Amino acid sequence: MYRLSVTLGQFLVFVVFFAIWELLVDLLHIRPVILPAPTAIAEKIWENRALLLKESWPTFAAISLGFIAAVVSGFLLAVGIAYSRIVRDLTYPFLIAAQILPKIAFAPLFLIWFGFGLTPKIVIAALIAFFPIVINTAKGLTSVDKELLQYMDSLGSSGWEKFTKISLPWALPYIFAALKISITLAIVGAVVGEFVAAGEGLGYVINSSNITLNTELMFAAIVTMSVLGILMYLAIVLLERYMLPQGQLEDSGHSTM
Amino acid sequence: MGKAPRITIEDLSLAFRTGTGPFVALDRVSFDIAPGSFVSVVGPSGCGKSTLLKLLSGVYSPTSGRILFDGKPVEKERLQGQVGYVFQRALLLPWRTALQNVMLTMEVARRSMTRAQREAEALKWLEIAGLKGFEHRFPHELSGGMQQRVSICRALAFRPQILLMDEPFGALDEITRETLQNELLQLWQQTETTVVFITHSIPEAVILSEQIVVMSARPGRVVERINVPFPRPRVDSVREHPDFVEMAGHIRSLLHPRAHAIAAE
Ligand SMILES: Nc1ncnc2c1ncn2[C@@H]1O[C@H](COP(=O)(O)OP(=O)(O)OP(=O)(O)O)[C@@H](O)[C@H]1O
Ligand SMILES: [Mg+2]
Repeated sequence: MYRLSVTLGQFLVFVVFFAIWELLVDLLHIRPVILPAPTAIAEKIWENRALLLKESWPTFAAISLGFIAAVVSGFLLAVGIAYSRIVRDLTYPFLIAAQILPKIAFAPLFLIWFGFGLTPKIVIAALIAFFPIVINTAKGLTSVDKELLQYMDSLGSSGWEKFTKISLPWALPYIFAALKISITLAIVGAVVGEFVAAGEGLGYVINSSNITLNTELMFAAIVTMSVLGILMYLAIVLLERYMLPQGQLEDSGHSTM
Repeated sequence: MGKAPRITIEDLSLAFRTGTGPFVALDRVSFDIAPGSFVSVVGPSGCGKSTLLKLLSGVYSPTSGRILFDGKPVEKERLQGQVGYVFQRALLLPWRTALQNVMLTMEVARRSMTRAQREAEALKWLEIAGLKGFEHRFPHELSGGMQQRVSICRALAFRPQILLMDEPFGALDEITRETLQNELLQLWQQTETTVVFITHSIPEAVILSEQIVVMSARPGRVVERINVPFPRPRVDSVREHPDFVEMAGHIRSLLHPRAHAIAAE
């Protein structure tokens, strides 16, 4: 009963938000070029559905490829950091420093380096999605309960077995926390990439309709973009549900007694 | 599965590196463990009992001295699958159910078993430990004592030749403890398993073991080794036996701090 009323309430918050928006635009006679009403945006989305769908693909591709590149390389480096002291000592300060850097600012530079099109988008998305993966995964792999590894030692288990049976499952909640952060960063990266270095994609639509003062289309693209982002985020949440047994979902921390 | 090896502990010492310099946890500990025997280790908290088991299981390497299995120095490969270790903490994998946790040891140390065999064996042990109906619970859904029982099942299920048990029954109620003590004794008598058993309970040590190793703290040393001659089964009758009372009293006096001062002189 409580769950149901909360769900209903959460839905209502959205409704109220859009209702106030609609009302304000109407009452204050705000021109569509400044702020279009939600209904006008919805109409615009419907009108341009073919265009928006078509432009979603390059954006989706850039996000996915950038994200996958970040996950694979980030994971490998994290394993290096967790298992090799020299890798850890050499790379960690650099990683921390690089994480603080506003990497988005490099976007125009990547236009020069990688030209126009898909590549700079992927590189930017991968670059900003990379750091949370490395740092979280390394933290997960190194925070394994030492006595659990000793337990495996007492059974005569191999290093690979310790990794697959203990360290990796132990680190999974950390990795999923990182994936959720990184996917949103990859989205930001891909859109910024499309602002500066692309002739297609939702980011390009947002940017070009901004220039032509087609605010309604701009909002339509922003909404499409948001839906795309939410779907990709949800895909990760679903994967997490599937991969993490309930034992680890409940209290994402660890407690071995 | 062959016979359990004879374990020889020779002048075993271990010093931990700590912030304030080396800390000697075990100091020249020597004793033999005959194949198939049941040895209990008692001693005050911090005297190095857990450390001794970690050395026996090959988890730690000694600072000096050595451990021989049938006269040969212990190497990790030779230990593979021989040692079942019940840690002082339950140490279950939080992402595995009780059943899957029990199957872990067989996955690692009994590769020839099929999945179905592992599962059947695990279920059997869980039932013996009174955990029927809890097989599919995750550790955080079990009580502390239940977690400890899962951990015991995990060690027993792959039938190791040597069982190292670090206060396995400490967190259990009297009845469950007696059930598991009996199970353990039965298993020990039927198989050729060597058991090294740490406990804080003097009666438990006397009831279960053939030999009791009494240790003192700081540094961890063996104070005395006591043979326990009482006929089996002991559980019901032995507590009233005058020799039992005397032996328990003797061990108690050895564990009493003043006794060390006297012994040291
Ligand atoms: N990893 C470690 N680093 C430093 N000192 C340690 C470490 N492990 C144990 N010690 C020290 O070694 C001594 C023996 O520890 P151990 O755990 O073997 O004691 P114990 O006899 O099992 O005690 P208890 O009955 O309380 O379990 C203790 O004084 C402890 O502080
Ligand atoms: Mg201990």
